[in-house]
Amino acid sequence: MKILYFSWLKEKVGNNLEEIRKPEEVHNIMDLIEFLKDISNKHQEAFKHLKSIKVAVNKNFADFDTLINEEDEIAFFPPVTGG
Amino acid sequence: MKKMKLLFSPLLLVVKVIVRVQERNFVLQNEIDNLKSICKEIPGALASFVGYVRDFSNGTKISSLTIEHYPGMTEKMLVDISKNASKKWPLLGTLIIHRYGKLNINDQIVLAAAASLHRKAAFEATEYMMDYLKTSAPFWKSEKVNKDNIWVKAKLDDEFAKNRWK
Repeated sequence: MKILYFSWLKEKVGNNLEEIRKPEEVHNIMDLIEFLKDISNKHQEAFKHLKSIKVAVNKNFADFDTLINEEDEIAFFPPVTGG
Repeated sequence: MKKMKLLFSPLLLVVKVIVRVQERNFVLQNEIDNLKSICKEIPGALASFVGYVRDFSNGTKISSLTIEHYPGMTEKMLVDISKNASKKWPLLGTLIIHRYGKLNINDQIVLAAAASLHRKAAFEATEYMMDYLKTSAPFWKSEKVNKDNIWVKAKLDDEFAKNRWK
């Protein structure tokens, strides 16, 4: 699965894109976050305040309990500030 | 048989939707003329909003602005917002242009416009599109203050502004 990061999340993680094989224990976004937090201290730090993190699955806004598949594109980002 | 003309059924009007996410600048008059020219009927009203880069943010002087976006999702959200506006008001056409990359003070950031037969729909739809853009389109601003780039925090007021349309 493809994982994208934007804005300060990209800076904290140190990457804008990560490609991983979906671990068996990962069923939804929250499971994925728990998995990612174990990858590095940077990930742990990036996902510290979940209230300030939004998520999209295949370019649609999603929730932390949204179910995900191997072929999904997941994006993590802070609340938007355009306009 | 006499053809019936239903002026205020949004579903029967062919609404033209233009969405562009670009680095380059835009010329307001050209964009408005273009939107007007593709409308199926002559719009009696066209409202537009242009957002510019301010030199102050929360009392701090900024020197430039950088806008990041999520290619693909941004365009999709802007089209959704435009289509939803067309469901709420009898519009002939809508236009949203949003820039990304590095912008200087005074630069144009965003243009939203709505064309309709009458002004009320055009005004309200333009405001609606801006309110939703602010809270649903994946753009992130970073302001340059002295030598630091600071990510702009989302405003609760913008969320309230959006909710009044529900």
